[in-house]
Amino acid sequence: MFGYYIKLAAHSLRRNPGITSLMVLAVALGIAVCVVTLTVHHGMSSNPLWWKNDRVYAVTLDSWDPEQPADDKHPDLPPPQLTWRDAEAVTASGIPQHAVRMFKGYGVISNDGDGGGVRPENSIVRVTSADFFDLFDVPFRYGGGWKAAADAAPEPVAVLSSETNERFFGGANSVGRTIRWNDRVYRIVGVLGEWHPAPTFYDLNNGAFQDPEAMYVPIGWAPSLELESAGNTNCWKPESIDSFAGFLASECIWIQVWVELPDAAARTRMQAWLDSYVAGERRSGRFQRPDNNRLTPIDEWLRINEVVRDDNRMLVALAFAFLAVCLINTVGLLLAKFLGRAAITGVRRALGASRRQVFLQHLAEAGMIAAVGAVLGVALSALGLHALRVMYASPREGFTGLMHVNAWSLGVAVAIAVGAALAAGLYPAWRIGRIAPSVYLKSQ
Amino acid sequence: MLAMRHISKVFRTDLIETHALRDFSLEVAEGEFVAVTGPSGSGKTTFLNVAGLLEGFDTGTYHLDGVDTNGLSDDARSRLRNEKIGFIFQSFNLIPDLDIFDNVDVPLRYRRMKAAERRERITSALDLVGLASRAHHLPSQLSGGQQQRVAIARAIAGDPKFLLADEPTGNLDSLMARQVMDLLEQINEMGTTIVLVTHDPELARRAQRNVQVIDGQVSDFRPYEPHAQPATFAAAAAG
Ligand SMILES: Nc1ncnc2c1ncn2[C@@H]1O[C@H](COP(=O)(O)OP(=O)(O)OP(=O)(O)O)[C@@H](O)[C@H]1O
Ligand SMILES: [Mg+2]
Repeated sequence: MFGYYIKLAAHSLRRNPGITSLMVLAVALGIAVCVVTLTVHHGMSSNPLWWKNDRVYAVTLDSWDPEQPADDKHPDLPPPQLTWRDAEAVTASGIPQHAVRMFKGYGVISNDGDGGGVRPENSIVRVTSADFFDLFDVPFRYGGGWKAAADAAPEPVAVLSSETNERFFGGANSVGRTIRWNDRVYRIVGVLGEWHPAPTFYDLNNGAFQDPEAMYVPIGWAPSLELESAGNTNCWKPESIDSFAGFLASECIWIQVWVELPDAAARTRMQAWLDSYVAGERRSGRFQRPDNNRLTPIDEWLRINEVVRDDNRMLVALAFAFLAVCLINTVGLLLAKFLGRAAITGVRRALGASRRQVFLQHLAEAGMIAAVGAVLGVALSALGLHALRVMYASPREGFTGLMHVNAWSLGVAVAIAVGAALAAGLYPAWRIGRIAPSVYLKSQ
Repeated sequence: MLAMRHISKVFRTDLIETHALRDFSLEVAEGEFVAVTGPSGSGKTTFLNVAGLLEGFDTGTYHLDGVDTNGLSDDARSRLRNEKIGFIFQSFNLIPDLDIFDNVDVPLRYRRMKAAERRERITSALDLVGLASRAHHLPSQLSGGQQQRVAIARAIAGDPKFLLADEPTGNLDSLMARQVMDLLEQINEMGTTIVLVTHDPELARRAQRNVQVIDGQVSDFRPYEPHAQPATFAAAAAG
């Protein structure tokens, strides 16, 4: 029976190629627009470290100006970064399983003599403590990170991104070889595998969709090399800072701090530690604002930092509205088409087709349109995402990492297509099944 | 047997109620060829639609081949219609974008028959109406009389017990009408019960029994029977 319905549907669709392509196109466009916006939205709002969402936290403390909040638009939030001294204290608390303090540095990376011939390049370099790689589950292709000792008494060691390793060493195992950053030479201890977290939740300072860093070096180098942040540095207090040591001791915030707390007990202990630390500092005149010591999980962190902005959600709503318009259009066309051959349907009824069989025959036709529309829609989505990739290509590669048709967006496309088929086909098919057959016969 | 007892059928629209059938009782025995006549609007088509399970009714009972049709589901009614009844319409009602073969195929499809059996039945039905050679023509490529013969082939392909025909010759000239009538008689002789609605007294006369419908009821008025009448007069004169 199903084969017969398909045969009839194909026959009917071939008979009016114009209307058929109009309906298919409407479904395809609606699906494509939805899939593209949903894919981008999903990529933007997704947590690249979702499997650790219940144990990795951003640490923030409100060390800001007693007279006004750090962000007027969100007066309830503490500033997003920490001072050097607070960051140092938190990571030294000994409570977290892993603790990271870090900032974004910059400078020229070049060959250290051997292998030469590669053009030096101004690059972003993450200056971080050793736990970075374990805390964020960063994959290594060769070697590994450095020991905590290399932070304390800074050792000239570095981890390269896979792109940097590709660039300077042709992708070969470069562990043990050396590379130059500004005017110092570092020994390579590790090379990362493919790692493109999007968004770059661990440092949202200059946009959430950025190139990952070219290289990682121990944070212990910051004081001695007087490394400054290539990200944001914010100060509220009129202080006379006349040396780098003075800057490190100031109330300026510029360090990101993340901790890994394996369970609720550790979290409670960490929170208690933060509260008592702030209380202690307050006694010496700092932290004059109300207590606002936070441990924020990644999901929440992305939300409060508005990585997915409201206008983005609006876009998704608009995309679905567009799909609805496309589907209503298709419903109208199908209805007109089905009712236009009501007399023929009446003949089928007279010859023994039941209401259910008439319904299924017409649903098959709607389903066929939706199926072809869905296939075309997915193709159009791939094209649309490709166009976005081209438009937003370099220098924002992190962003383009979102724009692939993946299993997730395919799943969404299939779900939308099935929903669309049902939405577009059910009503017209039901309508045509309801009319008494004798009425169609008389309409001849 | 087709047995209607005290059937009434009312059409209600916003403004008026039409009693299309009222206290309508009629039995058609197996193998009969019954002609139904009556003025326009008297309820003949309504009777055929009820008989063919295309329409329900308000009160009364209707047994089709021993099955009480009251309260049957749409599925059951459709199956009954498909297996027991063949329809022939005044305007042929072939499906214009299917060829002759596929048109005759339609009722068989709803019976879920195997392809080989369907092909065999279609071919023999088309043979009977003399159009086997036109199997792959479209309806628009045939004359009116040929189209009605295809419709007859479609109606009998499933080998139904009853053939319900609503003015099947209304759109045909008299020669073609006679051919169609010949065909119906031939089918009746093969055992199919036929109920024929017609305005043409000449055709009605060829049926075994005439039924007249007036104002939604089977009329008691004796139908015109040319051979019986003189006998009646003679009897009256003799008396
Ligand atoms: N669907 C309907 N809705 C309302 N009234 C209807 C409907 N179908 C038929 N009628 C009415 O029922 C009555 C009988 O109609 P029917 O079609 O059975 O007449 P008929 O005897 O077949 O007439 P004709 O010889 O002209 O075909 C008519 O008065 C008609 O107006
Ligand atoms: Mg009529």
